[in-house]
Order: sequence, then C-alpha cells, then structure tokens
Amino acid sequence: MTLTAEPGTPATTAPPRPPQPLRHRLAERGVDWTLLLILPAVLIIGALFVYPFLYGLSISFQPLEGGDPLANYTDFFGDPYLRDSIWKTLRLAVPVAVLSVAAAAPLAFRMRRDFPGRRIVTLVVLLPLTFGSVLIAQGMTQVFSPTGWTNLLLTSLGVPQQQFIYNYTGTFIATTLVSIPFAFVMLMGFFGGIDRSIEDAAATLGASRAARFWRIIMPLAVPGLITAFTLCLVEAFAVFPSAILVGQPDNATHVLTLPIYQAASQRSDYPAAAAIAVVMTVLELVILGVLMLLRNRLYRGPATGGKG
Amino acid sequence: MSVAEQTTGAGTQGSTFGSLQMRQVSRWYGKTAALTDLDLELAHGEFVALLGPSGCGKSTALACLAGLQPLTTGSIWRDGKRIDSLPADKRGFGMVFQSYALFPHLTVARNVEFGLSMRKVPRAERRRRAQAALDLVQLADHAGKLPSQLSGGQQQRVAIARALAIDPEIVLMDEPLSNLDAALRIEMRTEIKRLYQERELSVLYVTHDQEEALSLATRLVVLRGGRLEQSGTPEQVYTQPASAYVAGFMGYRNMISARVEQVESDPRRVCVVAGDLWLQGTADPAAGLRAGSEVMVAIRPEDIVPGRAGVNDVPALAEVVEYHGRELAVRARTERGVVLHFRTEKPVAAGARVTLGAPEERVLVFPAEGRAEVPDDAHG
Repeated sequence: MTLTAEPGTPATTAPPRPPQPLRHRLAERGVDWTLLLILPAVLIIGALFVYPFLYGLSISFQPLEGGDPLANYTDFFGDPYLRDSIWKTLRLAVPVAVLSVAAAAPLAFRMRRDFPGRRIVTLVVLLPLTFGSVLIAQGMTQVFSPTGWTNLLLTSLGVPQQQFIYNYTGTFIATTLVSIPFAFVMLMGFFGGIDRSIEDAAATLGASRAARFWRIIMPLAVPGLITAFTLCLVEAFAVFPSAILVGQPDNATHVLTLPIYQAASQRSDYPAAAAIAVVMTVLELVILGVLMLLRNRLYRGPATGGKG
Repeated sequence: MSVAEQTTGAGTQGSTFGSLQMRQVSRWYGKTAALTDLDLELAHGEFVALLGPSGCGKSTALACLAGLQPLTTGSIWRDGKRIDSLPADKRGFGMVFQSYALFPHLTVARNVEFGLSMRKVPRAERRRRAQAALDLVQLADHAGKLPSQLSGGQQQRVAIARALAIDPEIVLMDEPLSNLDAALRIEMRTEIKRLYQERELSVLYVTHDQEEALSLATRLVVLRGGRLEQSGTPEQVYTQPASAYVAGFMGYRNMISARVEQVESDPRRVCVVAGDLWLQGTADPAAGLRAGSEVMVAIRPEDIVPGRAGVNDVPALAEVVEYHGRELAVRARTERGVVLHFRTEKPVAAGARVTLGAPEERVLVFPAEGRAEVPDDAHG
C-alpha cells in the first residue's frame, strides 16, 4: 500500500511526525532541572536514615550468639516485661494524642479570627516547642517538687501533696506539653483553609452556631484532625527523654524506647535493640495505615466553596 | 388570587414583606469608616442595585443587612420591627456570595436542601423543593455531584438555587457574577432577571459593574466612600448623574477639567472652556456655578457625533481606532491636546482629521472635585 492521500479525502494514516526533543518528553512527565530541589532532603534522609534503618533491619536477624535468626524477636515477645512495653507505649501515646488534638482544635478554630492578644496567645502556645522535652522535663521537676507551686497550692487548699513526677503522670504531662503546640501548628493550617464565606452562607440559610460547627466545620476539619492525631501519636510513640527524666522509676513508663536504649547502650546488644526498633516501626506503620485508610474514606477535597 | 391562596401557596411568604430599611448605619473597622450614616430602603418587589468601586462599602452594607457583621451605629428595620440584633441565622434572607460559598463536602442536592433541613422541613418535602429549585436553574441532572465537579457558572447557579430553596422574602446578592467570564456573566444576568420576575422576589444586589446594575435593577444606589451618592431609577442615574463621580461610573468616559466662561440667563445653560474646546453644556442650577468656576465636564462617547455642524464643534485628529463590530471606538485629540473618546458607525482611519460635536443637553457640567476619586475601572 502506498501512502498517497487523495486530494479532498482525509489521509487515514497520519504522516509520521518527527519525535519531540527528549527534553520536552521528559518535561511532560515532570522530569526537569527543578527535580534537583528534592536532592538535599532525599540525600540526607537516605544516607543518615534509610541506610542505617536497613542495616538495623538486617542485623536484627543476626543475634549476637548466632543461631536462630528470629531469636531476638522471640526473646522480645517471650519476655512479658519487654512485651508489655508495647501496651505501655500505647497507653501513653494514645491519650497524649487525643488530649493534644482536643486542646489544640478549639484553639486553632478560634485563632482564625482576630481578637486582642491573639499574637501573644500564639507565641505562648508555641513556646514549649522551642524548649524541647528535656528542658520541659527539667522544669517540671521544680514545678512539681514538694515545694513547687502546684503542691504549695494544693496543700494551702487542704489537699494532700501529690506525686506528679517520676511516674506515668509526669511523662504524660511532659509529652502533652510539647504535643499540643505541635497539633496546634498543624490544625491552624487545616482550619485556616476552611473558607469563611462557607460559614456565612450556612448562617444565612438558618444554621445556628452549633449547626454550623457540626454540619460544616467538623466534616471539613476531620481529615485535618486525623492527620494531626496521627502525627502526635507518632511523636509520642518515640517518647524518651521525659520517660527517663520524669517517668522513671515507674514501671508504667517503661515504653518501647527504654529497652531499645538499654539493649544498645547498656548491653551493647545492637541486634536486640534493632529488633525492638523494628517492632516499634511496624506497629507505627500499622496505626498510620489504619488512620490514613480512615481518612481517605472521608471527604478530602478543597475546603473552599468555589472561587475565592 | 385570594388572600388564603397567597398565604398557603409555596413561596408566597414574600407577601408578608413590606420594606427593609437601614437607618443611619455606620460601620467602622478600627479607625476607618466603611459605611457612614447610610440610609437604604428595599421595598417589596424592588430590585435595588448597590453600585460603587471596591472599597465604597457596598459589600459591608450587605453583610450588615445579612447579620454577618455588626453595626457600629444605626439600625435595621423590617416592616417596623428592629432586626439589627437578630443573628444571621434568624433573619431568613437568601444570600448569594461572590465566591459561591457552596459546601464542598455536600452534593449539589444536599447543598440546596441545607436551608430546608435547618428549618426542619420533612425529608420528602425537602427533596421535592430542592428538586424544584434545581429545576429553576436547570441543574436537575447534576443533583448528585459535588460542587467541585461543576463549572463556575453551574456552581453559581447552585448557589442561587440554594438561596431560593428556602423561599426567602429578600434575596441579597454580593457580586454574584464577578467571578464568571464575560459570556457567562451576560447569560447569568438574564437568568437572574428571569428568576426575579418569575418568583416576584425583592432583591438587593451589590455590584461594581454599571452595565449589570442598569440591566437588572429597578432602582440604583451609588455609594461613594461609605456614603450614599445618588439613588434613583436606572434611567435617572444614567442620564442625570448627580456628580462627576457618578458620571464617571456611568460610562461618561470623557471627563474633562474645564472652567466656566459664562452662565446664561437660564442658569442650566453654561459655557465652559478647556484648552481649545469651547462647549455649551448643561448644569444643575443648584450647583451655583459662576464665571470662573472650576468644573468637570462629562460626555459619553456615544453622545459625541463626528462631522456634526452645529454647537460645540471642534476639529480633532483620530489617534486610536478600535473595531467593536457594529461601531468603532475612537480616541481623538484636539489641536491643543484635549483627548476625546467617541463612537461612530462610519469608517474612520487612525490619523484622519474629524470634526466632533455634542448636543448641549448631553454635555454635563459638574463642580470640580478630586478627579482621583472617580474610579478608573468604571468605564464599561
């Protein structure tokens, strides 16, 4: 068959077009020089996290004494004290994440609109982030000491002195203090993205303040709440300084990071430490996966009502 | 139709509405006034357009009426009852927003039903009325979609259906068409007018577009810096603007600074001069113009006639010619540099010499005021 198009009849076979330059074809798939922008972070994380992580994963199957590659795991799950640190971690991290989101959400919601002192409130709420958990835990040993203001206040009110530190409560408070500003920063973004005119529209349609909150704001904010909860949970999962500084010697604060530290730094048993770290990671990934699955089932589109 | 029928039929709650009034309303943001002592009335069946440039306070006025913003001073009355302390959700106005403000997580049908479910309307009736409202804006086929799946024009129609589904007595519209492209805007404008006529609505409509205001409204209210500048029928405001500011907004593209040469025995007739331009014009006697007064002359491009022998003739050079289909829009310059815009159906080439004239009654003379206050974006 010859490729001669009759005049007036459309050619059935398009003449072969010269291929586009490689640069255009790559750009169409999103490959161009701006990809270099991802390089610094990817390099740092790859070299200093991914590689050591994979290394840790592999040595966790090489016990110090040799033999069964799963020995470190069977040891961990076989020892009730070690095994229980999973529940201890969850018992700390879940309430911390719940309380953080519950406290930060109304704050972030109201911070969308101005009020006198708004900037100062923002600053004060964010301050714990800049201190970090070590400084906060050290400060707490003073605040909650028998002569700290909390106990002085309690005794002056006739309430017996309370032990707030060196136990679960201490670790819980220290972790939550850092977690609330963390949740607040994230939720500010989510609530800020909800178009104000949507609320106004709901109001003109007869929705009371409560109806506006439950029917409009909440459905649009839930994905953000779940994301904030997830990240707070992951943060609290890795709690370590406050578990030591204001948690010990309470058994209830023997969270997963402690046996890891003990195995690695005190017994120099890196394979055992790695094995517990892997357990912790898998646990976190499962929780993350479930929460993200839940989030994906909800409305996730834009929180604006049209053109802004 | 009997009274009984009127009060029982769907959507006839409007028959109870007489008038809505803002009295001496001011609204301050910190130290700047968005509204100052504004009096505004919307009577039953009226379509009032609030017109002005951005920042003139028109959207603030609407938000105050809707209860979305508190008044600093003044009051709002409806049929003799004071309503300005009533929250927005108790006022029962339908409102259409510039940004559409649809609920992004609800389907089109649920958006339209929202106001009805807030009123505890039973589900079956809610469905039926939402369906009717969607039929009205010809979007019944899209009931199950999310707003983000619709085009801009469709979204705005959903917003209108949502506002109308509650059978509001008063509909407030805040620049509902300004986010749409030109062709859609004109189509939706006709749509809004149709709904207004069919449903016998009372509408307060905020816009910065004079064409929109003129084509829709039964009455026009021009705002300036938070104050009322002029109120009247579209024809009154169009043909007899009360000030140079309003004229600038009403398509009087030729705004020429001039000086009064002479006031005739009829104080409406004045002779003004600007460069080599000597014009016989018309002024409001109440303006108190005298020989030597600084004035602003306003002439519409379509009122300047090329090749006209008679009053106000001046030779000029056509500089820029724009093709507008049926006619040409020309910018010309007189020998001493006065720029004149005019329209003509006759062919004119750039660089051609023309003689321009304008009828005396269409040359409007106003006392001079800061030209800077006349909006730049007001020329349609």
